[in-house]
Amino acid sequence: MEKNTQRPDDDKPSSEGIPAPEGASNLIDTDYVIGQDNITASPMGIDVDLHGKVFLFSSIVILLFVILTLALQDQMEPIFNSMFSFLTTNLGWFFILGANVFVVLAIVLIFTPMGKVRIGGADAKPDFGYAGWFSMLFAAGMGIGLMFYGVSEPLGHYGTAMGGISMGENGIRTDWAPLGAAAGDQAGAIDLSMAATIFHWGFHPWGAYAIVGLSLAIFAFNKGLPLTMRSIFYPILGERIWGWPGHCIDILAVFATLFGLTTSLGIGATQAAGGLDYLFGIPSGDTTLVLLILGITLVALGSILLGVDKGVQRLSQLNMVLAALLLLFVIIVGPTLMIATGVVDNLIGYVTHLSALSMPFGREDANFSQGWTAFYWAWWIAWSPFVGMFIARVSRGRTVREFLISVLLVPTLASVVWMTAFGTTAIDQVVNSGITEVQDAALELQLFTMLEHLPLTAITSFVGITLVIVFFITSSDSGSLVIDSITAGGKVDAPKPQRIFWALIEGALAIALLLGGGLAALQTAALTTGLPFTLVLLVGCYAIVKGLMSEPRAK
Amino acid sequence: MFKHIMVPIDLAHIDVLEPALDVVADMAKHYDAKITYVGVTSNTPNSVARTPNEYEQKLDAFAQKRHGVHGQPVTAKVYGSTDPVANLDDILVNAIDEIGADLIIMATHLPKKLDAVMPAHGGKIATHTDASVFLVRPH
Repeated sequence: MEKNTQRPDDDKPSSEGIPAPEGASNLIDTDYVIGQDNITASPMGIDVDLHGKVFLFSSIVILLFVILTLALQDQMEPIFNSMFSFLTTNLGWFFILGANVFVVLAIVLIFTPMGKVRIGGADAKPDFGYAGWFSMLFAAGMGIGLMFYGVSEPLGHYGTAMGGISMGENGIRTDWAPLGAAAGDQAGAIDLSMAATIFHWGFHPWGAYAIVGLSLAIFAFNKGLPLTMRSIFYPILGERIWGWPGHCIDILAVFATLFGLTTSLGIGATQAAGGLDYLFGIPSGDTTLVLLILGITLVALGSILLGVDKGVQRLSQLNMVLAALLLLFVIIVGPTLMIATGVVDNLIGYVTHLSALSMPFGREDANFSQGWTAFYWAWWIAWSPFVGMFIARVSRGRTVREFLISVLLVPTLASVVWMTAFGTTAIDQVVNSGITEVQDAALELQLFTMLEHLPLTAITSFVGITLVIVFFITSSDSGSLVIDSITAGGKVDAPKPQRIFWALIEGALAIALLLGGGLAALQTAALTTGLPFTLVLLVGCYAIVKGLMSEPRAK
Repeated sequence: MFKHIMVPIDLAHIDVLEPALDVVADMAKHYDAKITYVGVTSNTPNSVARTPNEYEQKLDAFAQKRHGVHGQPVTAKVYGSTDPVANLDDILVNAIDEIGADLIIMATHLPKKLDAVMPAHGGKIATHTDASVFLVRPH
C-alpha cells in the first residue's frame, strides 16, 4: 500500500492521481464522520474516546438490570422466565421461520454472482490466514457449547426418542422427543437424536452468524460505515441511523453481548468448578469460583492487550489444536468404525429430517420445537451481534462466497463430526456397553463421565477442563473488543483502557451475580433480546442483498 | 549522519504532533535527509478515513504539505491493521526495516503512571530497533 510521491529524477512532489490499491467498492455517500458524536477526555491521565449516548445509556441499563436483579431476585426471575417462555411458546414459529430465512439466503448467495463480491473492495487482501481466521470464527461462534452439549444433547434426545410419544389428558404431547419419536426403535432413535442435535448446531446457528457478519462486513468495509450494528439499517433508515433509532440498536447489542458473556462466564465457571471437583476433588465453593473468574478475566485481559492478531488469534488456534486432539482421541479410542459410518449416516439423517425439523408451523412436538429448537434459536440470535461483529472484523479480504462457505458449511461439517464422535461414543457406552453413569450424570459432567470410561482419563479430562476454560477466554476477549467498538461509535482504534474496562466489568458482574444470585435470571433476560434481533437480522438479509447488488464483483 | 527519517503520523491527532514536525523539518534540512511519513490505520472505517486507501490519500496530501514547508523529499506509507491500537508498535518496528530508516522522530506524551502497564509507543520502539529514536515531548 505504498505510494511514493517523489519522482525518481527530482525531489518535487508528483501530482499524479493515486491509484485505488484496494480496488473498486461502492462507498455510501454520507456526511457522518465516524466518532463525531464521541466524547474524548483524559480523566486521571487515562484516555477515553466513547460514543456519549450509547456508552451512557447502555451503562445505565446494565447497572439498572444488575441492581434490580440483585435486589429483587425472587421477583425478577419469574418475570424474565415468563417473558422468555412466552416468546418461545407463542413466537417459537417466528424464530424457526426467521432462522430458515437466514440459512436459505446464505446458501443461495454462495451460488449467485454476488458471491464474487470481495469484502473490503475488489483487490483487498485477507488480514488473516485460513487457519487463524477459521479458528477465530469457530472459537467465537460456539466453542464452549460443544463441550457441554456434545455428549448431553445426543444422549438426551436418544432417551426421549426411545421413550416414544406420550399424550396428556388434553391431547397435547407431554414427551420431549423430536418429531414423531422412535419408540423402542434403537437405530431410529439414534438416527433421530443425532439429526436433531446436528440440526441445533448446524446450518441454522451459523446462518444467523453469517447474516450478521456479512451484512456488517459489507457495510463497514465496502460501504464505509462504522463497524457497529446500526450500520446494517442504512438501506432502510438512511441518515436516521445516526440518531436514536441507531442508538437503540447499538444499546440493545451491548446489552445482549454483555449479559450473554457475563452470565455464561458465571454459569460456565460453576460448571468448570463442578468438573474440577468431580475430577480432582477441588472443592467448588465460592472461593474456587471467584478465582476461576478472576483467572479467566486476567488471561482475557492479557489477550485483548495483545490484540486480535497476537492475542485472540493465538488463543483461538490453541483452542482448535486442543479441541482437535480431544476429538481425534475420542474417535480413535471410541467406537471408531461406528463413528466413521455415523458421520455419513448422521449427515444423511440430518438432511432427511431437516425439512421436518425446521418446519415453523403445525408441529406436534411442541415441547421439542419450542423448548429445544426455539430456545436454541433465541440463544444463537441473541449471541449473533457479538459473533457477527467479531467475524466481520476479521473477514476483510475474503469474497462473499468464501465467507459463506467458511462461516456456514465448514463449521456445520465440523459440528457433524464433533457431535457424531462424542454423541456416538456416549450412546455406544449406554447401548452396547451397558454403562449408564453417563446418562445419570449431571448435564455439565456428562462429558467427563464419558471420558472416564475411555483410557487415559486423567489426561483427557485435564484437556477437557482446559478447553472449557480457554473457550471462555476466547469468548471473553473477543466479546470485550466488540462491546468496546460498539460503545466507541464503531471505532476499533479507541484507546486501550476502554477494552480493559469492559473485560473487567464482565468479570466483576459475573462475580457479583454469582455471589448475589440471579445469573440464570439475567441470562434469560439476555435471551429475550433474540426477538428484536430476529427482526434486526431480517433487516440484515435485505441489507445484504441491497448492498451486494451495488458492489463491483471480483474477477 | 542521517539519510532517511521515519515519522509516525496519527492523522486523527495532528495537533499534538506540531512540535515533532518542526524538529523533523529542522533535522531533515540539517542532514539533507529524506522523510517517510508512516501512518497506521484501522482496516475498518475510522474518524479520519473510511478506507485504508482514503487514509493513504490524506497522508499523501499531508506529506506534500510538509514538503512545501521544508523542501526535503517526502514519501508517505500507510499500514492497515485489524487492531491498530494493539499492533502499532510491531508495525512501526517492521516499517523501520522495510523502509530502511536510520532515524525515527516521533511525538510522545509526558511520562505517566499508566506507562508501567501500557508503555509509551516511542519507548517501546526504541528498545526494538537499531535505528536512532528521537522522542519529542509536548511544549
